[in-house]
Amino acid sequence: MTLDYYNLEPLLMYIHTSLCGVMPEWLALTLEGVVVGVIILLLYVILAIVMIYMERKVCAAFQCRIGPNRVGGKGGLLQVPADVLKMLTKEIIKLKNADNFLYNLAPFLVILASVLTFSCLPWNKGGEILHMNIGIFFILAVSSIGILGILLAGWSSNSKYSLIGAMRSGAMIISYELSIGICVLTMVVMSGTMDIQMIVSNQANGWNIFKGHIPAIAAFIIYLIAGNAEANRGPFDLAEAEQELTAGYHTEYSGLHFGFFYLAEYLNLFITAGIATTLFLGGWMPLHIAGLEGFNAVMDYIPGVVWFLGKTFFIVFLLMWIRWTFPRLRIDQVLTLEWKYLMPTSLVVLLLMTVCKIYGLTF
Amino acid sequence: MYFLYLIVAILAAILLVVAGITVAKLVAPRSFNPQKGEPYECGIPTHGRSWVQFKVGYYLFAILFLMFDIETVFLFPWAVVAAEVGTYALVSVSFFLFILILGLAYAWKKGALEWK
Repeated sequence: MTLDYYNLEPLLMYIHTSLCGVMPEWLALTLEGVVVGVIILLLYVILAIVMIYMERKVCAAFQCRIGPNRVGGKGGLLQVPADVLKMLTKEIIKLKNADNFLYNLAPFLVILASVLTFSCLPWNKGGEILHMNIGIFFILAVSSIGILGILLAGWSSNSKYSLIGAMRSGAMIISYELSIGICVLTMVVMSGTMDIQMIVSNQANGWNIFKGHIPAIAAFIIYLIAGNAEANRGPFDLAEAEQELTAGYHTEYSGLHFGFFYLAEYLNLFITAGIATTLFLGGWMPLHIAGLEGFNAVMDYIPGVVWFLGKTFFIVFLLMWIRWTFPRLRIDQVLTLEWKYLMPTSLVVLLLMTVCKIYGLTF
Repeated sequence: MYFLYLIVAILAAILLVVAGITVAKLVAPRSFNPQKGEPYECGIPTHGRSWVQFKVGYYLFAILFLMFDIETVFLFPWAVVAAEVGTYALVSVSFFLFILILGLAYAWKKGALEWK
């Protein structure tokens, strides 16, 4: 395996040991903690800006428009940073009848959930921030904090649009969480571990979607549908259906308060795609075709982080395609789709996967 | 080791929101108008409070969710060892899933999954 060129673990160990050489260990750990924190925030914000720009361009392409093209030279590259600056200079209003404590708490919960899940993504070999042996379980656990933030935002705003939006969002997200959980379970059965890096390195001889054939492909499709609903995006964006609910659960939020919900929404899309990449498409593993040694060797020279980002943005593009192509569903259609179709199907897929795994029917 | 980074990630998330709001409060202009604190309802004065009794249908789905979510949690340890344990794991989980699917079928039959 030539992948070891890009293994970050020795480098990180080297930095840690040399730091410990010149200063006491607690200071070295604190310094590393600060650096890691800054890296998390920078990546988080930069990715959000990239995603929003991408969404606007992709949306424009699907609607036969040009999209942002004035600010920042050709292609409107500085449009989104300019929007962020504008949002920063907007007043954060105080509501008269709102439950102020919960109202201010809601953005914290939404951001907390998405930052924590974000830190679990495996960027490269040895290159994830939170490495746990229960990684994927942890992701499922903390991503449910986000729904709490959404419900609180809707309830505390004391506005009817917010309340309806939050309730719809809550019912939808908790329902689709089941399908996500079962699809993740399918892949845990396939890999025999919950450690994200182990799941990725088990795919060295073939991505899970190829190794697991029919059940894996079915689980992948169900995961994409449910993940799209989890990220509150169209065709499941009825929580913020602008024609009927203004902006759904964040109607009453202004300025950067609203910005945090927006930020989390886009990062959740990235995280959904990132987890799909990790579980089904081999994470940072390069594409190998059995028999083509030269091709495989060339693929090995591309760093893992490029593979990870490439696959993730491919899935993000797919999800954006879906968003701008399908009409919005009604709440009863959304719940019917989950409880009567996706849930039973994903249970069957789970059993099928178990049968395949136990009797050696996987590749 | 991950425990340190867990704390770092939590602090980073809190810092992001606190810093953002602080900067916005410093930079953003402020004006006072009693109308601004009103709930947004397209210009019409709000009729009554918004903290009202809400449609019970959502509650029904929340209860169903609870049952299946706990099921997923129970299945995770099983999923890790399923391939090692072999046929026994498949048979035992089949009983577990059978009872749950029976529950789902019952809810379906009773009309709990219909949106009324």
